[in-house]
Amino acid sequence: MAKIIVVTSGKGGVGKTTTSASFATGLAQAGHKTVVIDFDVGLRNLDLIMGVERRVVFDFINVIAGEATLKQALIKDKRVENLYILAASQTRDKDALTEAGVARVIDELSKDFEYIVCDSPAGIEKGALLAMHFADEALIVTNPEVSSVRDSDRVLGILSSKTARAKSGESVREHLVITRYDANRVARGEMLSVEDVKDILAIPLLGVIPESKDVLNASNQGSPVISLPDVQAAEAYKDMVARFLGEERAHRFLDPSSKGFLNRLFGG
Amino acid sequence: MSQNDVIFKGRVMSLTVLRLNSSDTERVTAGIETEVARAPKLFNGLPVLIDLNRHAVDIARVADIARAQGLMPVAVVDADEATAATARASGLGVLQQGALDTQTARPRSDERPAARIVDQPVRSGQQLYARGTDLVIHAPVSAGAEVLADGSIHVYGPLRGRALAGCRGDESARIFCQSLEAELVAVAGNYLVAEDIASEHRDRPSMVRLVEDTLTIENL
Repeated sequence: MAKIIVVTSGKGGVGKTTTSASFATGLAQAGHKTVVIDFDVGLRNLDLIMGVERRVVFDFINVIAGEATLKQALIKDKRVENLYILAASQTRDKDALTEAGVARVIDELSKDFEYIVCDSPAGIEKGALLAMHFADEALIVTNPEVSSVRDSDRVLGILSSKTARAKSGESVREHLVITRYDANRVARGEMLSVEDVKDILAIPLLGVIPESKDVLNASNQGSPVISLPDVQAAEAYKDMVARFLGEERAHRFLDPSSKGFLNRLFGG
Repeated sequence: MSQNDVIFKGRVMSLTVLRLNSSDTERVTAGIETEVARAPKLFNGLPVLIDLNRHAVDIARVADIARAQGLMPVAVVDADEATAATARASGLGVLQQGALDTQTARPRSDERPAARIVDQPVRSGQQLYARGTDLVIHAPVSAGAEVLADGSIHVYGPLRGRALAGCRGDESARIFCQSLEAELVAVAGNYLVAEDIASEHRDRPSMVRLVEDTLTIENL
Protein backbone atom coordinates (compact mmCIF):
# COMPACT_ATOMS: atom_id res chain seq x y z
CA MET A 1 0.00 0.00 0.00
CA ALA A 2 1.44 3.32 -1.07
CA LYS A 3 1.96 6.26 1.23
CA ILE A 4 0.23 9.37 -0.06
CA ILE A 5 1.92 12.70 0.67
CA VAL A 6 0.47 16.09 -0.21
CA VAL A 7 2.74 19.09 -0.68
CA THR A 8 0.65 22.11 0.18
CA SER A 9 0.86 25.67 1.52
CA GLY A 10 -2.23 27.79 0.92
CA LYS A 11 -0.19 30.65 -0.48
CA GLY A 12 1.16 30.62 -4.01
CA GLY A 13 4.76 31.02 -5.07
CA VAL A 14 6.29 29.63 -1.89
CA GLY A 15 7.92 26.59 -3.48
CA LYS A 16 5.38 23.77 -3.52
CA THR A 17 6.24 22.53 -6.99
CA THR A 18 9.99 22.94 -6.43
CA THR A 19 9.63 20.98 -3.20
CA SER A 20 7.40 18.30 -4.78
CA ALA A 21 9.90 17.77 -7.60
CA SER A 22 12.92 17.52 -5.33
CA PHE A 23 11.14 15.46 -2.68
CA ALA A 24 9.84 12.91 -5.22
CA THR A 25 13.26 12.75 -6.89
CA GLY A 26 14.93 12.23 -3.52
CA LEU A 27 12.56 9.39 -2.58
CA ALA A 28 13.20 7.72 -5.94
CA GLN A 29 16.97 8.17 -5.58
CA ALA A 30 16.70 6.40 -2.23
CA GLY A 31 15.28 3.43 -4.12
CA HIS A 32 11.56 3.93 -3.55
CA LYS A 33 9.19 3.71 -6.48
CA THR A 34 7.58 7.14 -6.53
CA VAL A 35 5.04 9.03 -8.63
CA VAL A 36 4.47 12.77 -8.43
CA ILE A 37 1.09 14.15 -9.53
CA ASP A 38 0.45 17.75 -10.59
CA PHE A 39 -2.95 18.80 -9.18
CA ASP A 40 -2.65 22.32 -10.54
CA VAL A 41 -5.03 21.74 -13.44
CA GLY A 42 -4.97 24.70 -15.82
CA LEU A 43 -1.65 26.04 -14.54
CA ARG A 44 0.55 23.08 -15.11
CA ASN A 45 4.17 23.61 -13.97
CA LEU A 46 5.51 20.38 -12.55
CA ASP A 47 6.36 18.95 -15.98
CA LEU A 48 8.52 22.03 -16.67
CA ILE A 49 10.39 21.74 -13.40
CA MET A 50 10.90 18.02 -14.00
CA GLY A 51 11.99 18.69 -17.57
CA VAL A 52 9.42 16.38 -19.15
CA GLU A 53 7.17 19.00 -20.77
CA ARG A 54 8.02 17.79 -24.28
CA ARG A 55 6.93 14.24 -23.49
CA VAL A 56 3.41 14.92 -22.16
CA VAL A 57 0.86 13.09 -24.30
CA PHE A 58 -1.90 12.28 -21.85
CA ASP A 59 -2.47 13.90 -18.47
CA PHE A 60 -4.17 13.38 -15.10
CA ILE A 61 -7.51 14.71 -16.39
CA ASN A 62 -7.44 12.36 -19.39
CA VAL A 63 -7.09 9.46 -16.96
CA ILE A 64 -9.89 10.72 -14.73
CA ALA A 65 -12.15 11.14 -17.76
CA GLY A 66 -11.28 7.66 -18.98
CA GLU A 67 -9.71 9.00 -22.19
CA ALA A 68 -6.37 7.37 -21.43
CA THR A 69 -5.02 4.65 -19.19
CA LEU A 70 -2.65 5.39 -16.33
CA LYS A 71 0.05 3.51 -18.17
CA GLN A 72 -0.29 5.85 -21.13
CA ALA A 73 -0.25 8.98 -18.98
CA LEU A 74 2.61 8.16 -16.60
CA ILE A 75 5.87 9.71 -17.77
CA LYS A 76 9.01 7.87 -16.72
CA ASP A 77 11.86 10.11 -15.62
CA LYS A 78 14.94 9.62 -17.80
CA ARG A 79 17.52 10.51 -15.15
CA VAL A 80 16.21 8.81 -12.05
CA GLU A 81 15.15 5.20 -11.83
CA ASN A 82 11.81 4.54 -10.02
CA LEU A 83 10.44 8.04 -10.71
CA TYR A 84 7.24 8.80 -12.63
CA ILE A 85 5.34 11.99 -13.33
CA LEU A 86 1.63 12.48 -13.92
CA ALA A 87 1.18 15.89 -15.54
CA ALA A 88 -1.79 18.21 -15.08
CA SER A 89 -3.90 19.33 -17.98
CA GLN A 90 -3.20 22.84 -19.22
CA THR A 91 -6.38 23.23 -21.23
CA ARG A 92 -8.92 22.27 -18.57
CA ASP A 93 -9.82 23.78 -15.23
CA LYS A 94 -10.12 22.39 -11.73
CA ASP A 95 -13.77 21.46 -12.16
CA ALA A 96 -12.53 18.55 -14.25
CA LEU A 97 -11.22 17.02 -11.01
CA THR A 98 -13.74 14.86 -9.21
CA GLU A 99 -13.38 13.13 -5.87
CA ALA A 100 -14.36 9.77 -7.35
CA GLY A 101 -11.98 10.23 -10.27
CA VAL A 102 -9.05 11.19 -8.06
CA ALA A 103 -9.85 8.30 -5.71
CA ARG A 104 -9.79 5.84 -8.60
CA VAL A 105 -6.44 7.08 -9.95
CA ILE A 106 -4.81 7.12 -6.51
CA ASP A 107 -6.19 3.67 -5.80
CA GLU A 108 -4.71 2.31 -8.98
CA LEU A 109 -1.35 3.99 -8.36
CA SER A 110 -1.29 2.59 -4.81
CA LYS A 111 -0.94 -0.93 -6.18
CA ASP A 112 2.25 -0.09 -8.01
CA PHE A 113 4.03 2.63 -6.09
CA GLU A 114 5.54 3.10 -2.63
CA TYR A 115 5.06 6.87 -2.53
CA ILE A 116 2.49 9.09 -4.23
CA VAL A 117 3.41 12.77 -4.01
CA CYS A 118 0.54 15.18 -4.70
CA ASP A 119 1.64 18.66 -5.73
CA SER A 120 -1.21 20.90 -4.61
CA PRO A 121 -2.25 24.13 -6.30
CA ALA A 122 -2.30 27.32 -4.22
CA GLY A 123 -5.50 28.36 -2.47
CA ILE A 124 -8.07 26.34 -0.56
CA GLU A 125 -10.44 25.64 -3.43
CA LYS A 126 -11.34 22.39 -5.14
CA GLY A 127 -7.92 21.52 -6.60
CA ALA A 128 -6.17 22.05 -3.27
CA LEU A 129 -8.88 20.21 -1.30
CA LEU A 130 -8.71 17.19 -3.60
CA ALA A 131 -4.89 17.15 -3.56
CA MET A 132 -4.98 16.79 0.23
CA HIS A 133 -8.14 14.70 0.50
CA PHE A 134 -6.51 11.25 0.41
CA ALA A 135 -3.22 12.21 2.07
CA ASP A 136 -1.60 10.16 4.82
CA GLU A 137 1.07 12.79 5.39
CA ALA A 138 1.50 16.42 4.44
CA LEU A 139 4.47 18.65 3.75
CA ILE A 140 3.47 22.21 4.66
CA VAL A 141 5.65 24.52 2.60
CA THR A 142 6.07 27.93 4.24
CA ASN A 143 8.17 31.01 3.58
CA PRO A 144 9.43 32.81 6.68
CA GLU A 145 6.98 35.68 6.44
CA VAL A 146 3.66 36.33 8.18
CA SER A 147 1.19 35.95 5.31
CA SER A 148 2.67 32.63 4.23
CA VAL A 149 2.63 31.35 7.81
CA ARG A 150 -0.99 32.48 8.27
CA ASP A 151 -2.06 30.66 5.11
CA SER A 152 -0.21 27.51 6.17
CA ASP A 153 -2.03 27.65 9.48
CA ARG A 154 -5.34 27.80 7.62
CA VAL A 155 -4.32 24.79 5.52
CA LEU A 156 -3.38 22.85 8.67
CA GLY A 157 -6.89 23.50 9.96
CA ILE A 158 -8.38 22.10 6.77
CA LEU A 159 -6.07 19.06 6.88
CA SER A 160 -7.32 18.27 10.35
CA SER A 161 -10.99 18.69 9.52
CA LYS A 162 -11.81 18.05 5.86
CA THR A 163 -9.56 15.23 4.65
CA ALA A 164 -10.60 11.59 4.35
CA ARG A 165 -8.41 10.72 7.34
CA ALA A 166 -9.88 13.53 9.46
CA LYS A 167 -13.40 12.39 8.61
CA SER A 168 -12.63 8.84 9.72
CA GLY A 169 -11.21 10.11 13.01
CA GLU A 170 -7.56 9.62 12.10
CA SER A 171 -5.04 12.39 11.57
CA VAL A 172 -2.79 13.41 8.71
CA ARG A 173 0.87 13.45 9.80
CA GLU A 174 2.16 17.00 9.31
CA HIS A 175 5.69 18.13 8.44
CA LEU A 176 6.94 21.70 8.26
CA VAL A 177 9.18 22.66 5.34
CA ILE A 178 10.51 26.24 5.43
CA THR A 179 11.69 27.40 2.02
CA ARG A 180 13.49 30.52 0.76
CA TYR A 181 15.16 30.90 4.15
CA ASP A 182 17.70 33.71 4.25
CA ALA A 183 19.68 33.50 7.50
CA ASN A 184 21.24 36.92 6.90
CA ARG A 185 17.86 38.60 6.63
CA VAL A 186 16.64 36.70 9.70
CA ALA A 187 19.67 38.01 11.60
CA ARG A 188 18.72 41.54 10.54
CA GLY A 189 15.16 40.96 11.75
CA GLU A 190 13.69 41.21 8.24
CA MET A 191 12.38 37.65 8.18
CA LEU A 192 10.79 35.31 10.70
CA SER A 193 13.22 32.82 12.19
CA VAL A 194 12.78 29.05 12.14
CA GLU A 195 11.81 29.24 15.81
CA ASP A 196 9.15 31.89 15.13
CA VAL A 197 7.54 29.78 12.41
CA LYS A 198 7.70 26.60 14.51
CA ASP A 199 6.17 28.48 17.42
CA ILE A 200 3.20 29.69 15.37
CA LEU A 201 2.46 26.50 13.44
CA ALA A 202 3.35 24.04 16.24
CA ILE A 203 4.20 21.10 13.95
CA PRO A 204 7.48 19.17 13.62
CA LEU A 205 10.15 20.66 11.35
CA LEU A 206 11.24 18.45 8.46
CA GLY A 207 13.54 20.77 6.56
CA VAL A 208 14.75 24.31 5.99
CA ILE A 209 15.72 25.15 2.41
CA PRO A 210 17.95 28.20 2.04
CA GLU A 211 17.08 30.95 -0.44
CA SER A 212 19.23 30.34 -3.48
CA LYS A 213 19.62 31.46 -7.08
CA ASP A 214 20.21 27.83 -7.96
CA VAL A 215 16.51 27.08 -7.49
CA LEU A 216 15.55 29.35 -10.40
CA ASN A 217 18.42 28.07 -12.52
CA ALA A 218 17.29 24.53 -11.86
CA SER A 219 13.70 25.28 -12.96
CA ASN A 220 14.98 26.93 -16.12
CA GLN A 221 17.02 23.86 -16.88
CA GLY A 222 14.11 21.54 -16.15
CA SER A 223 16.00 19.68 -13.48
CA PRO A 224 14.89 19.35 -9.83
CA VAL A 225 17.18 21.34 -7.49
CA ILE A 226 18.05 18.21 -5.54
CA SER A 227 19.94 16.88 -8.58
CA LEU A 228 22.37 19.81 -8.75
CA PRO A 229 25.87 19.15 -7.40
CA ASP A 230 27.49 21.34 -4.73
CA VAL A 231 24.40 23.43 -4.10
CA GLN A 232 23.17 24.27 -0.57
CA ALA A 233 19.48 24.00 -1.50
CA ALA A 234 20.13 20.54 -2.96
CA GLU A 235 21.92 19.45 0.22
CA ALA A 236 19.03 20.76 2.30
CA TYR A 237 16.51 18.82 0.19
CA LYS A 238 18.63 15.65 0.52
CA ASP A 239 18.64 16.10 4.30
CA MET A 240 14.90 16.62 4.23
CA VAL A 241 14.25 13.39 2.32
CA ALA A 242 16.59 11.46 4.63
CA ARG A 243 14.73 12.78 7.68
CA PHE A 244 11.42 11.85 6.09
CA LEU A 245 12.73 8.31 5.67
CA GLY A 246 13.60 8.17 9.36
CA GLU A 247 17.23 9.24 9.48
CA GLU A 248 18.34 11.80 12.09
CA ARG A 249 20.18 14.73 10.55
CA ALA A 250 20.99 18.14 12.00
CA HIS A 251 19.52 21.17 10.26
CA ARG A 252 22.11 23.09 8.21
CA PHE A 253 22.34 26.53 6.61
CA LEU A 254 20.56 28.24 9.50
CA ASP A 255 23.36 30.63 10.40
CA PRO A 256 24.26 33.88 8.62
CA SER A 257 27.15 33.47 6.21
CA SER A 258 30.40 35.13 7.21
CA LYS A 259 30.68 38.32 5.25
CA GLY A 260 32.77 38.32 2.11
CA PHE A 261 35.83 40.49 1.66
CA LEU A 262 34.07 43.24 -0.31
CA ASN A 263 31.18 43.32 2.13
CA ARG A 264 33.58 43.72 5.00
CA LEU A 265 35.43 46.46 3.18
CA PHE A 266 32.33 48.48 2.43
CA GLY A 267 30.46 47.55 5.59
CA GLY A 268 27.67 45.94 3.52
CA MET B 1 -39.52 -11.41 30.92
CA SER B 2 -37.99 -8.99 28.52
CA GLN B 3 -37.03 -5.47 29.48
CA ASN B 4 -39.12 -2.58 28.18
CA ASP B 5 -37.72 -1.04 25.03
CA VAL B 6 -38.60 2.43 26.19
CA ILE B 7 -38.68 4.12 29.56
CA PHE B 8 -40.26 7.45 30.49
CA LYS B 9 -38.13 9.49 32.84
CA GLY B 10 -38.49 12.91 34.43
CA ARG B 11 -35.36 14.97 33.84
CA VAL B 12 -34.59 18.61 34.46
CA MET B 13 -32.77 20.11 31.51
CA SER B 14 -31.74 23.60 30.70
CA LEU B 15 -33.28 24.98 27.54
CA THR B 16 -32.84 28.27 25.76
CA VAL B 17 -35.92 30.45 26.07
CA LEU B 18 -36.99 32.73 23.24
CA ARG B 19 -39.03 35.41 24.95
CA LEU B 20 -41.37 37.60 22.93
CA ASN B 21 -41.67 41.27 23.77
CA SER B 22 -44.22 42.18 21.13
CA SER B 23 -47.63 41.04 19.84
CA ASP B 24 -46.72 42.06 16.31
CA THR B 25 -45.86 38.86 14.42
CA GLU B 26 -43.80 40.72 11.79
CA ARG B 27 -41.72 42.51 14.43
CA VAL B 28 -41.14 39.25 16.29
CA THR B 29 -40.01 37.35 13.19
CA ALA B 30 -37.78 40.23 12.09
CA GLY B 31 -36.32 40.27 15.60
CA ILE B 32 -35.51 36.55 15.41
CA GLU B 33 -33.79 36.99 12.06
CA THR B 34 -31.70 39.88 13.35
CA GLU B 35 -30.62 38.04 16.50
CA VAL B 36 -29.72 34.84 14.65
CA ALA B 37 -27.82 36.73 11.95
CA ARG B 38 -25.49 38.05 14.66
CA ALA B 39 -24.10 34.56 15.31
CA PRO B 40 -25.66 31.90 13.08
CA LYS B 41 -23.33 29.16 14.34
CA LEU B 42 -24.41 29.73 17.90
CA PHE B 43 -28.05 29.12 17.11
CA ASN B 44 -27.82 26.38 14.52
CA GLY B 45 -29.90 23.40 15.67
CA LEU B 46 -30.53 24.95 19.08
CA PRO B 47 -33.76 23.72 20.70
CA VAL B 48 -35.77 26.65 22.06
CA LEU B 49 -38.78 27.15 24.25
CA ILE B 50 -40.89 30.05 23.03
CA ASP B 51 -42.05 32.17 25.96
CA LEU B 52 -45.09 33.96 24.51
CA ASN B 53 -45.25 36.31 27.46
CA ARG B 54 -49.10 36.41 26.92
CA HIS B 55 -48.60 37.93 23.45
CA ALA B 56 -51.13 36.62 20.91
CA VAL B 57 -48.89 36.26 17.87
CA ASP B 58 -49.30 33.94 14.86
CA ILE B 59 -47.34 31.18 16.59
CA ALA B 60 -47.30 28.86 13.56
CA ARG B 61 -45.58 31.57 11.53
CA VAL B 62 -43.15 32.49 14.32
CA ALA B 63 -42.18 28.82 14.67
CA ASP B 64 -41.70 28.52 10.89
CA ILE B 65 -39.38 31.54 10.81
CA ALA B 66 -37.46 30.22 13.80
CA ARG B 67 -37.00 26.87 12.02
CA ALA B 68 -35.92 28.62 8.84
CA GLN B 69 -33.26 30.36 10.93
CA GLY B 70 -31.94 27.02 12.17
CA LEU B 71 -33.62 27.02 15.59
CA MET B 72 -35.70 24.05 16.77
CA PRO B 73 -38.79 25.29 18.65
CA VAL B 74 -39.95 22.48 20.93
CA ALA B 75 -42.74 24.06 22.97
CA VAL B 76 -44.44 27.26 24.02
CA VAL B 77 -45.08 28.62 27.49
CA ASP B 78 -47.31 31.37 28.89
CA ALA B 79 -49.72 31.28 25.96
CA ASP B 80 -53.38 32.37 25.93
CA GLU B 81 -55.90 29.64 25.07
CA ALA B 82 -56.24 30.40 21.36
CA THR B 83 -52.50 30.59 20.78
CA ALA B 84 -51.95 27.42 22.80
CA ALA B 85 -54.42 25.61 20.55
CA THR B 86 -52.64 26.82 17.41
CA ALA B 87 -49.29 25.79 18.90
CA ARG B 88 -50.61 22.27 19.61
CA ALA B 89 -52.00 22.05 16.10
CA SER B 90 -48.61 22.97 14.60
CA GLY B 91 -46.80 20.29 16.58
CA LEU B 92 -45.43 22.29 19.50
CA GLY B 93 -45.80 21.30 23.12
CA VAL B 94 -47.59 23.62 25.52
CA LEU B 95 -46.08 24.10 28.97
CA GLN B 96 -47.67 25.63 32.04
CA GLN B 97 -46.28 28.96 33.21
CA GLY B 98 -44.92 27.26 36.35
CA ALA B 99 -42.57 25.20 34.20
CA LEU B 100 -40.51 28.30 33.60
CA ASP B 101 -38.43 29.00 36.66
CA THR B 102 -35.80 31.28 35.25
CA GLN B 103 -36.07 34.56 33.43
CA THR B 104 -32.76 34.40 31.58
CA ALA B 105 -31.69 32.39 28.58
CA ARG B 106 -28.54 31.22 30.31
CA PRO B 107 -28.27 27.84 31.96
CA ARG B 108 -27.70 28.20 35.69
CA SER B 109 -24.13 27.58 36.71
CA ASP B 110 -25.01 24.41 38.64
CA GLU B 111 -26.65 22.97 35.52
CA ARG B 112 -23.77 23.57 33.14
CA PRO B 113 -22.58 20.59 31.17
CA ALA B 114 -18.95 19.54 31.51
CA ALA B 115 -16.42 21.85 29.92
CA ARG B 116 -15.46 21.25 26.32
CA ILE B 117 -11.78 20.26 26.27
CA VAL B 118 -9.73 20.52 23.08
CA ASP B 119 -6.18 19.22 22.58
CA GLN B 120 -5.70 20.19 18.93
CA PRO B 121 -4.42 23.60 17.84
CA VAL B 122 -7.23 25.91 16.73
CA ARG B 123 -6.05 27.04 13.30
CA SER B 124 -6.66 30.19 11.29
CA GLY B 125 -10.18 30.09 9.84
CA GLN B 126 -11.52 27.60 12.40
CA GLN B 127 -14.28 28.41 14.85
CA LEU B 128 -14.88 26.52 18.08
CA TYR B 129 -17.90 27.07 20.27
CA ALA B 130 -18.61 25.60 23.69
CA ARG B 131 -22.38 25.84 24.00
CA GLY B 132 -23.64 26.34 27.51
CA THR B 133 -20.27 25.67 29.09
CA ASP B 134 -16.57 26.48 29.44
CA LEU B 135 -13.99 25.94 26.74
CA VAL B 136 -10.57 24.59 27.68
CA ILE B 137 -7.93 24.55 24.95
CA HIS B 138 -4.69 22.74 25.60
CA ALA B 139 -2.97 24.04 22.43
CA PRO B 140 -2.33 27.35 20.68
CA VAL B 141 -5.17 29.42 19.21
CA SER B 142 -3.86 30.84 15.94
CA ALA B 143 -4.31 34.29 14.51
CA GLY B 144 -7.45 34.19 12.39
CA ALA B 145 -9.12 31.55 14.57
CA GLU B 146 -12.16 32.23 16.74
CA VAL B 147 -13.05 30.54 20.02
CA LEU B 148 -16.40 31.13 21.71
CA ALA B 149 -17.99 29.89 24.92
CA ASP B 150 -21.10 30.62 26.90
CA GLY B 151 -18.89 30.22 29.94
CA SER B 152 -15.19 30.98 30.41
CA ILE B 153 -12.33 30.28 28.01
CA HIS B 154 -9.03 28.81 29.17
CA VAL B 155 -6.12 28.61 26.75
CA TYR B 156 -3.06 26.64 27.86
CA GLY B 157 -0.91 28.13 25.15
CA PRO B 158 -0.73 31.41 23.27
CA LEU B 159 -4.04 33.08 22.39
CA ARG B 160 -3.47 34.75 19.03
CA GLY B 161 -6.96 34.70 17.52
CA ARG B 162 -10.30 36.01 18.78
CA ALA B 163 -11.80 34.82 22.06
CA LEU B 164 -15.39 35.57 23.08
CA ALA B 165 -16.51 34.37 26.51
CA GLY B 166 -19.99 34.69 27.99
CA CYS B 167 -21.53 34.63 24.51
CA ARG B 168 -25.05 34.50 25.86
CA GLY B 169 -24.57 37.27 28.35
CA ASP B 170 -22.81 35.65 31.31
CA GLU B 171 -20.94 38.61 32.76
CA SER B 172 -19.04 36.42 35.21
CA ALA B 173 -17.28 34.60 32.37
CA ARG B 174 -13.54 35.16 32.00
CA ILE B 175 -10.74 34.46 29.56
CA PHE B 176 -7.45 32.97 30.75
CA CYS B 177 -4.42 32.40 28.57
CA GLN B 178 -0.73 31.70 28.91
CA SER B 179 0.26 34.39 26.45
CA LEU B 180 -2.11 37.17 25.44
CA GLU B 181 -1.50 37.94 21.75
CA ALA B 182 -5.16 38.10 20.79
CA GLU B 183 -6.77 39.95 17.92
CA LEU B 184 -9.87 40.48 20.03
CA VAL B 185 -11.13 39.48 23.47
CA ALA B 186 -14.73 39.84 24.59
CA VAL B 187 -16.83 39.01 27.65
CA ALA B 188 -20.63 39.22 27.39
CA GLY B 189 -20.42 41.50 24.38
CA ASN B 190 -17.81 43.91 25.81
CA TYR B 191 -14.73 43.72 23.69
CA LEU B 192 -11.18 44.96 23.21
CA VAL B 193 -9.32 44.72 19.92
CA ALA B 194 -5.57 44.14 19.68
CA GLU B 195 -4.94 47.86 19.40
CA ASP B 196 -6.66 48.49 22.74
CA ILE B 197 -4.65 45.87 24.61
CA ALA B 198 -1.88 47.65 26.51
CA SER B 199 1.67 46.50 25.83
CA GLU B 200 2.22 45.50 29.47
CA HIS B 201 -0.33 42.72 28.95
CA ARG B 202 0.83 41.61 25.51
CA ASP B 203 2.59 38.24 25.27
CA ARG B 204 2.05 37.61 29.00
CA PRO B 205 -0.07 35.16 30.96
CA SER B 206 -3.31 37.06 31.48
CA MET B 207 -6.87 37.02 32.67
CA VAL B 208 -9.64 39.05 31.02
CA ARG B 209 -12.84 39.78 32.92
CA LEU B 210 -15.57 42.33 33.43
CA VAL B 211 -15.13 44.60 36.42
CA GLU B 212 -18.11 46.92 36.85
CA ASP B 213 -19.00 46.74 33.15
CA THR B 214 -15.45 47.48 32.02
CA LEU B 215 -13.40 44.79 30.34
CA THR B 216 -10.11 44.59 32.24
CA ILE B 217 -6.94 42.63 31.73
CA GLU B 218 -4.77 41.43 34.58
CA ASN B 219 -1.38 39.77 34.32
CA LEU B 220 -1.21 36.40 36.03
